[in-house]
Order: sequence, then C-alpha cells, then structure tokens
Amino acid sequence: MFVLVEMVDTVRIPPWNFQRQLNEAIAEELNKKLANKVVFNVGLCICLYDITKLDDSYIFPGDGASHTIVHFRYVVFHPFLDEILLGKIKYCSQEGVHVTMGFFDDILIPPESLQQPAKFDEAEQVWLWEYETDEGAHDLYMDQGEDIRFRVTDEMFVDTSPTGPSAAETPVIPGQPVAPPAEEVEKKEAPYTLIGTICDPGLGLLSWWNS
Amino acid sequence: MEVKNANAAMLSNYEVFKLLTDLKEKRKDTVKNKNSAGQQNLNTIMYETLKYLSKTPCSRQNPEIVKEFLTTMKPHKLTKAEKLQLLNQRPQTAVEIQLMVEESEERLSEEQIEELIHTLADVLPGDPEQENAAPADAEMEEAVQPS
Repeated sequence: MFVLVEMVDTVRIPPWNFQRQLNEAIAEELNKKLANKVVFNVGLCICLYDITKLDDSYIFPGDGASHTIVHFRYVVFHPFLDEILLGKIKYCSQEGVHVTMGFFDDILIPPESLQQPAKFDEAEQVWLWEYETDEGAHDLYMDQGEDIRFRVTDEMFVDTSPTGPSAAETPVIPGQPVAPPAEEVEKKEAPYTLIGTICDPGLGLLSWWNS
Repeated sequence: MEVKNANAAMLSNYEVFKLLTDLKEKRKDTVKNKNSAGQQNLNTIMYETLKYLSKTPCSRQNPEIVKEFLTTMKPHKLTKAEKLQLLNQRPQTAVEIQLMVEESEERLSEEQIEELIHTLADVLPGDPEQENAAPADAEMEEAVQPS
C-alpha cells in the first residue's frame, strides 16, 4: 500500500526560522509542501520518512532566506497492481461504486467489474448483486458505509498543474459588456484515481463472505 | 523537485503506523504552530491515515512479531508482495489467501493453505473483539444445555 520514494528538492528557509534546528525547519517545510498532495506518476504523499543528505545552504542576493538542496525519502500511498485493499462504500452512481479509504477517496469500481449479474437500482441509487442460489435469487445491496474488499486493476494520473491563460481571448472593448466565455464549467479532475474490481471470489462486501 | 526513485522500498502498514504515531507524539510536545494553515494538510492526512490503520491488524504488531512472521513464511516461498499482503491483512479464510497468493491452487495444497491460516492466526495478533465473541458463544451454549 505504501512505498518509500527518494526525492531531491531545494528547500527555502526564511530568516525568521533561522533559530530553529535546520533539520526540523527543513522537515516542516517539506511536509508543508508535500503532505496530503499527489505527485504526478508517484502517488499520494503521506509524510516525511527521513532526510538522507543535506547539501550546503546558500543565501542569494536579494533574498534573505537560505536555500538548501535536500535529499530525502517520503512515505507515499501507491498500491501496486492487483493489490487487495479494504475500503468503505462512499456512494453508488451510474459510473459504478465509489469507494473511500478515509485518507484517499478517488477509488471507482466500474459496473463491468462488479460481481455479475449486477443491477443499478435507480430509486435507491444503489448497485446490487443478483445472487442466484438453489432457493432463488437474492438481491445483495451495496449500501453506503459498508466495508468492501477490492483488487486494484488500474491507476490514472492526471497532471492538474495550472496551464496558464487560455490562448483564445476576445479583445475587450471599453464601454461594452464583455460576454462570459461559453465554458465556465470548472471540472475538478482528481489527480490520482484508482480503478478496482470485485469480480473474484472473496471480493466485495465483507458481509457476503463472512459465514 | 526531482524524483530520484519512485519505488525505493515497500513499507508495511505497521511501519507507516509506527512512523505516524511517533510523529504525532513528537508534534504534540515540540511543535507550536500545529494548527496553522500550512500544517493543516499534514494534520489531515495523519489523522485519516491513523484512523484507517488503527482498524487493521497492523495496529497490534511490533518489530518482533514482523521478524517472526518473516521467518515462519520462509519455507512457503512466497513473493515479497504476497508476504506483505498477508502481513497487512491477516487473512483468516482460504478464499482470502487465494486472492493474495497468485496461482495458489498450483503452489499450495489444501493442507498447506490450512497450515498457513493457522500460522497467521498464531504469529500475528488478531482482533480481541472478534476473538472474545467466539468463546462467549461457546459459553452460552454450555449454559443453555439442560442439566
């Protein structure tokens, strides 16, 4: 579930933090920069593991702060392919079942990866498994808040760094009202998404498999 | 910022749990500006991750247990990823083991799977609530028996 990632960065310590121990000031700056943030193609950063090397600190003209090149290791949440994870169902939608682990929310189990045959109940907005036994068909509901075990099948990283001002800008004529651009929709894309499956025996709600 | 090695090492849940609990203790005493805007992200991720991990078997482990676990797992010839999953999840049924161990039908016989379940139950501490429920049921059955 968690991996150690070796990184290098230049850390800026402002002058009012000079009285602190360098290691602690640097640890605080690194955590401020990376904790709870997703690094592209790496994963969700949790916290600093240790600092492996500190190069010399420099002060540049015009800026009173010290700059230090730091080699450090960070704990990152990055499950490997086919890893089995435990989560809770956040909610169900047409796109599938959304699962959360508390610290990480963007986990989706698409409809084709649910235990088949599966049906979406529009009235209750919940997916269910039509489980057939000799006695007849049981409808097993995937309710909100239920513990669910799933396997990681895919991950998607989206680079959400800002792209800069858009190229097509209508010239502003003073005195005339400016029409707002047609696409005001701000689609907040999750920088890191996990796709899971519960199609194998043993996967799905824990209550389905506990005798 | 440069990423030198995106996969330097795999960490068990226990290692992350211990790191976060130690960090929490240290911050409680020394750090004064815990609730400043900049520290909120660290606070949030630490709180949520600890909340998640405290409900998993790793919260009851310690370094000796992990070492003992690895020595008992040696004869089974499992990959690092499989041993890590067994350590993190502590499966109690054959179905769960088949999920975590690839091609388990070919590599492990039924007795070996049973043996693996018993070894895990012995070496890794389990959920005390779950284990208290079982003997309580047995006691109830004995009490109900007509004298």
